[in-house]
Amino acid sequence: MSIDEQVLPYPIPNDAALRPPAEWAELRGTCPVAHVELPSGDRARLLTRYEDVRQVLADPRFTRQLNAPDAARLSADGGGVFNSEMAMIIPDSGEEHQHWRRLVSKWFTAKRMNAMRPAMARIAEDLIDEMVERGAPGDLKASLGFPLPVYVICDMLGVPAEDRDRFSYWSDTLLNLTRYGKDETEAAQAEFFQYMTDLLAGKRAEPGDDLLSELIAAGGPENGGLDDLQILVTGMALLVAGHETTANMIGKMVSMLLADRSRWEALLADRSLIRTTVEESLRLDANSGFGLPRYLKEGTEVSGVELPKGTTVICSMAAANRDESAFEAAEEFDLTRSPNPHLAFGAGAHSCLGQALARTELQVVLEVLLRKLPTLELAAPEAELERVEGLAVGGLRTVPVRW
Amino acid sequence: MKVTIDEDKCCGAGQCVLIAPEVFDQRDEDGIVVLLDAEPGADRHAAVHEAAAVCPAFAIEVSE
Repeated sequence: MSIDEQVLPYPIPNDAALRPPAEWAELRGTCPVAHVELPSGDRARLLTRYEDVRQVLADPRFTRQLNAPDAARLSADGGGVFNSEMAMIIPDSGEEHQHWRRLVSKWFTAKRMNAMRPAMARIAEDLIDEMVERGAPGDLKASLGFPLPVYVICDMLGVPAEDRDRFSYWSDTLLNLTRYGKDETEAAQAEFFQYMTDLLAGKRAEPGDDLLSELIAAGGPENGGLDDLQILVTGMALLVAGHETTANMIGKMVSMLLADRSRWEALLADRSLIRTTVEESLRLDANSGFGLPRYLKEGTEVSGVELPKGTTVICSMAAANRDESAFEAAEEFDLTRSPNPHLAFGAGAHSCLGQALARTELQVVLEVLLRKLPTLELAAPEAELERVEGLAVGGLRTVPVRW
Repeated sequence: MKVTIDEDKCCGAGQCVLIAPEVFDQRDEDGIVVLLDAEPGADRHAAVHEAAAVCPAFAIEVSE
């Protein structure tokens, strides 16, 4: 049976931690709008071509209203971050979405991120020193990849970093599509909601110099600001988004660079390659997670295939990023690739709000690692690296390193 | 080279500022792109082309 007659299980099973499943190339070539079955048992269509994914992500007809009655449920319990009712509190489209986005965007400008570089570098240096003190081999994910973005986002939001273990658990229940049952997920979300409610009450009483305090100070909708619930959900969303994504990407990026150590050596010889190397790691991240689901409110066509109203599509940015029609020698890791218009952060009006933050964190981590631990290497063969299963955001369980 | 930007499309990703800070900036109040130099010199053309190519919102246009 050819691939275009099959219903593929999704996510497509793949044991290789850093390499793509063989199906991607075949799907892009012959079946760009594939039928897939999600963990819930519901069906959706999977898009893998660069042009299709880029256009669909930027097309407002493909909405994020995954809680529509006929939208595919991603996980068996219908929970998870994409189906969440909470996700609907932040305006999904049009002027209201733009208004929300601009209120929050000011905190994530390139200038602000550049200004945070020295503080980020200090955090990275301290974390690396602690890892070195504990002795080799170390786990780069637990020692550096995970804590750094958490400290940074907690600081921006004005959330105590001591509570990070609780956020990790709450994030995990929101982002994991298979591990937790409905009751567990709902209980975790209720706790998270209560935590943020108390935190915001504290900030109302005693404002700080942070994003959440400023959103409160901007006033309610009548003053061009957000209502209380929107501020709360924005805080939860930023905390979750600032948590797992970059945390996992640090481990994956360093693993990709060390798995073929000539890449690491090229960077040691020329630090000006750091920026383009970060982009190339994002492009070639074969383990980026679920992709982005969209719900179609009116019928249309993608790559010549009719999609009726009510269709749920999954955009695989990771598959699209390896499309030979968009990138020359697409499977090759090219430390100098430029321009690199990859889709790791999505595209269009909803493309990742925190992308300048993520980029800056990845660049700073790489700079500091190259400087402090030039002899860094993987302490296990690439084949032994293991994926985290079931997460909307992909990652490695551990990143064993020595130096 | 002539550069034009579309503020309505801009999503504040900041890529253009990171790549060509002499040509692009972002407004402090909402992160929206500000064009500093609509006709940048030849030494900046490569960076401007790169910024336009990677803009996630397709908000930068370049004409020769």
